[in-house]
Amino acid sequence: MNRGSSSGRFRNTEAANGLMMVSPTAIYAVLLLAAPLIAVVLYSLMVDSKVGLSAGLTFDNYIKVWTGRIDQALMLRSLTVSAMVTLVTVALAYPVAYFVSFHVRPERKSMWIFLITIPFWTSYLIRVFLWKVILGYNGVINSGLMNLGIIDEPLTVINYSLGSMIMTLAHAYAAFAILPIFVSLEKIDRSFLEAGQDLGESKLMTFFRVTLPLSMPGVIAAVLIVFIPTIGDYVTPELIGGGKLPMIANRIEAIMLKQNDKALGSAIAMTAMLIVAAVAVVFLLLNRRFLKGQSK
Amino acid sequence: MTFSAEKTNMIEFRDVHKYYGDYHALRGINATIKAGEFFSLLGPSGCGKTTLLRTIAGFEDISSGAVLIDGKDMANVPANIRPTNMVFQSYAIFPHLTVEENVGFGLRKDPRSKDEKARAVAEALEMVGLKGYGKRAAHALSGGQRQRVALARALILKPKVLLLDEPLSALDKKMREQMQVELIKLQRQVGITFILVTHDQEEALVMSDRIAVMFEGQIAQLADPETLYRRPASKKVADFIGTMNFLPAQVISDSGATVEIDAAGFGRMSLSPDQVMRGDSEGGPTIGLRPETLTILFDGQTASDREVFGTVEEVVYYGDMTYYDVSLPGAPEPMRLSMRNVPGRPVLDRGAQARLGWSPGAVVLFR
Repeated sequence: MNRGSSSGRFRNTEAANGLMMVSPTAIYAVLLLAAPLIAVVLYSLMVDSKVGLSAGLTFDNYIKVWTGRIDQALMLRSLTVSAMVTLVTVALAYPVAYFVSFHVRPERKSMWIFLITIPFWTSYLIRVFLWKVILGYNGVINSGLMNLGIIDEPLTVINYSLGSMIMTLAHAYAAFAILPIFVSLEKIDRSFLEAGQDLGESKLMTFFRVTLPLSMPGVIAAVLIVFIPTIGDYVTPELIGGGKLPMIANRIEAIMLKQNDKALGSAIAMTAMLIVAAVAVVFLLLNRRFLKGQSK
Repeated sequence: MTFSAEKTNMIEFRDVHKYYGDYHALRGINATIKAGEFFSLLGPSGCGKTTLLRTIAGFEDISSGAVLIDGKDMANVPANIRPTNMVFQSYAIFPHLTVEENVGFGLRKDPRSKDEKARAVAEALEMVGLKGYGKRAAHALSGGQRQRVALARALILKPKVLLLDEPLSALDKKMREQMQVELIKLQRQVGITFILVTHDQEEALVMSDRIAVMFEGQIAQLADPETLYRRPASKKVADFIGTMNFLPAQVISDSGATVEIDAAGFGRMSLSPDQVMRGDSEGGPTIGLRPETLTILFDGQTASDREVFGTVEEVVYYGDMTYYDVSLPGAPEPMRLSMRNVPGRPVLDRGAQARLGWSPGAVVLFR
């Protein structure tokens, strides 16, 4: 018992227990996240020619990406689309979360949350396809309007447009935005709202001065959860955009697989990742500001 | 108090009823609270005292009746334009704002300049003893400090009525006693009507000019602390406020001017009308005696009034006080009495014989 007591003591510490518990996940994460990421970083610094990858360690790929008109345009489109999607999703999710938190009887809240998640029981791909069915050239809306005699030929605005892409993505991420906002609204002590009114503010002003700032951590979480995956979305531009409005992920696919230029593709991927990281950091700093006062 | 008759009514409840579904929370409240008064709503939890306070603030609609503030009916007047401010039980200090932002929260529409408002905030903080705390984050405050911020935030708006919803219940005993004194001083200083909700009878007695004792949605008695203590209107009120000994009694004659009774253990006595509480006849006529109105007489002492003999059943020593349970011949239950432990006064043992001095003037009769 006394022999090896130092290692025994280590085994019994809380830190060791914690490490033991996270180690399967940690190994999994290292193998499946860190290793591919390192590979992509290395690829992006190499040169890909017909002969194959050569170890050059050069920034040529990055320079090509950052100065390339197409890459710039697609990156900008990706940012615009995901910014719009985030704006639309969070703006629509907030009232839903607010309604469930403030106007649904406590014993019904979990049922409402359950109902909100129902659309997410089917796969993302199928939901995107369904939007195509609704918005498509011969889709539900167009044929419906034509049968009613309201339009003579199918509207093209509603398919293959940025608007329809934003609509599809906003729907896809709605629940992910509703849930964090709902949680942050639930945490607000209702006496704060009464205090706001007691101190002379109307219900609307109390919302802007008390409820909204106190729910900002949830809003910021929602922004990150929606913004980060949509910027790299591949399916929606392909199906809803009809391939005519590619985003950065489609560009990466084209370069990597069709042109078989792993190095350049990796450089685009890394660039996109850095931009997402920069945006995320800004929001995390904002979140810290709002979280500051809410340790209790 | 020569001008007390001129004091105007600040709050008036006119037959206020409140239902939550089938639950009848307020059952016909009629009361007036005078301007500048320190008024308490006292009762056990669930008696409707907080609901009544919230009807003044405007957080609770009433089912029927009327609530008037300074002569104006408050029906359909929302909370944000009522001339009242509240100190919440949880204090409700906004966690995303600093202390001075909290205190200045209600000044947004105030026409004064920014500098003047800042000065007002500083003054309010100084008034509650938090000078120099303005830049602190609200979440870094202790319970007592939060309460002071809540007070400053409410008083800076110079309300006609300040509502306090169990403001001291979250504080420890020492802090609570200190805040009681500070609140009384503050109320005298600002002259605003204070309405305090509490379940702590001692707190109510210490702080209030007048107290409304509530049970089950009704006011059982509304009186000043002394009357409430010495002349409780019912056995329930007597029991809720302090301790009272109850003994069965027989009414021999009731002429209206004097009431002759024969009480178990104490014998015959005559009581004046103000000692007779009518309307609480449950369990038959009963007399009530507070513990401190009974005195153990030691050798050589003579009673100022009447004497009875009894046996000490239980002794509880509290340091400054000793509580005795003394059984009297003919009385069904022992009497609880309290004696101050002054120098030279012995503490009796269990089983000792005791001579008790008492006075019929301290007796109340419930019939």
